[in-house]
Amino acid sequence: MPEPAQLGSRRSRILGGPRSEGARSTLIAVVSTVVFFGLVVLLVTNAPGWPEVKRSFFSGEQFRESLPDIASAFGLNIRLFLVAEVLILVFALLLAVLRSVPGPVFFPLRLLATAYTDLFRSIPTVLVIYILGFGAPTLQISGLPTSPFFWGVTALVLVYSAYVAEVYRAGIQSVHPSQEAAARSLGLSQPQALRFVILPQAVRRVVPPLLNDFIGLQKDTALVALIGPVEAFRASQIEVAGSFNYTPYLATALLFILLTVPMARFTDWLIARNRRRELAAGGR
Amino acid sequence: MSALTVEGLRKSFGRLEVLRGIDLEVAEHEVVCLIGASGSGKSTFLRCVNLLEPIDAGTIVVAGEEITARGVDVNRVRRRIGIVFQAFNLFPHMSVLANVTLAPRRALRLSRADAEGRAVELLERFGLADKRDEYPDRLSGGQQQRVAIVRALAMRPDLMLLDEVTSALDPELVAEVLNVIRELAAAGMTMVIATHEMAFARDIADRVCFLDEGVILEEGSPDAIFTRPREARTQQFLQRIVEAGRL
Ligand SMILES: Nc1ncnc2c1ncn2[C@@H]1O[C@H](COP(=O)(O)OP(=O)(O)O)[C@@H](O)[C@H]1O
Ligand SMILES: [Mg+2]
Repeated sequence: MPEPAQLGSRRSRILGGPRSEGARSTLIAVVSTVVFFGLVVLLVTNAPGWPEVKRSFFSGEQFRESLPDIASAFGLNIRLFLVAEVLILVFALLLAVLRSVPGPVFFPLRLLATAYTDLFRSIPTVLVIYILGFGAPTLQISGLPTSPFFWGVTALVLVYSAYVAEVYRAGIQSVHPSQEAAARSLGLSQPQALRFVILPQAVRRVVPPLLNDFIGLQKDTALVALIGPVEAFRASQIEVAGSFNYTPYLATALLFILLTVPMARFTDWLIARNRRRELAAGGR
Repeated sequence: MSALTVEGLRKSFGRLEVLRGIDLEVAEHEVVCLIGASGSGKSTFLRCVNLLEPIDAGTIVVAGEEITARGVDVNRVRRRIGIVFQAFNLFPHMSVLANVTLAPRRALRLSRADAEGRAVELLERFGLADKRDEYPDRLSGGQQQRVAIVRALAMRPDLMLLDEVTSALDPELVAEVLNVIRELAAAGMTMVIATHEMAFARDIADRVCFLDEGVILEEGSPDAIFTRPREARTQQFLQRIVEAGRL
């Protein structure tokens, strides 16, 4: 039965998928990959400074020794990330909706939301973390938390919400106005049209760019180290200070890679799936 | 009492005055077809009646209530007036059943069971019962448009506005949608229908209105309009339609 296979390969060629050319192209890909990375390894390991680099960055012993401490500190990165992510999703959606409500009455709200997104996209994340982490507790307002975890999360939420709000807003604007007209024509109110018709479509479309922002957020949790908490990066600094060997930094990098790569692959997969769906729907 | 009374309706987009004083009265159970060249303002008129476009002057009265008066709750008004668009405008992220039950549940606050009962009854009546769990992109254009009609009907409107509902359809799918409209007319639904299907208008309309240069230039029985048009502009328009093979 050659037919289904042919059909499959023609289809994926249209989609530009990676498996389009069959066994021959897989072989070419494997060979060129091996040759490329082989050359890179040869080049690096024959460099004059390689023995020194190998000793101070790739020490197996140091790696085994430092990994448990760094990994347990990495738990804090994950907690920072998870708490911040949930808050960002909610707060950014609120900002995006505020920027999208029409009518002159809501102009002050739109202005405020716009000023917010402009402000927090222009200040470097590190500065926001410093200002909040060192500034806010110094105010000594009773009832205001002083924990660096709290202020670290707050800083990340403030900064990332500005970006994520723009992503949401692009999604809202990508929903055709006729959808709102259809919803309103049925007697749904403006907020109902937004909630049941526009936002669900908008959010679905922006999931890939949202995930992309969250990959950035995962990495930026390391910046919270600057105001005190011992997360993975800080933990590796401590290890390095004790041993004068840089391998712990590599261990930390590895942990971030293990967290990020699956998310990046998942994002790509989602994008590819959306594209397939759109092609399928468009071809009808 | 008339179902719809429009007086002196004016509407501009910027400097373009699209409607220059429309007067129209539609009796209960009457079917009025609006014909006119593309760009003559048929869609704009229907959108104004459904308060989707703010108007510049004039009054619109639906079943005795002036809906263009200050302080009128537009959501309540729209629940009584169904509109169906050329491009269907179904909600692509919802199943057929969810499309049809959304407004009854959220705007009329019916229970899910009541709304679904209403929806299933209508879907059955129009031969769509087996599509209730499908998503719009899995339906043919004709099926999508029938679902859009059902979605509007689920609000039990007093008045239906249909805006060239067959224009986006492949020719072989037009009949199934027109049949639905015929059935609605037979059931006594009051309708204002903008259409390019002259044969259909002739067949179904109680009255035909020719829209030209922002006014209703001529109106009358289908027979009068199609066989003995008075106005030169109407004659020209119909002549073009005949030449295009659509009458
Ligand atoms: N939202 C709008 N903004 C500006 N011009 C519009 C808008 N909607 C319609 N028009 C213009 O109004 C005129 C009438 O359009 P329309 O009501 O769609 O006509 P018809 O439905 O009879 O083809 C056209 O010239 C069109 O370009
Ligand atoms: Mg039109």
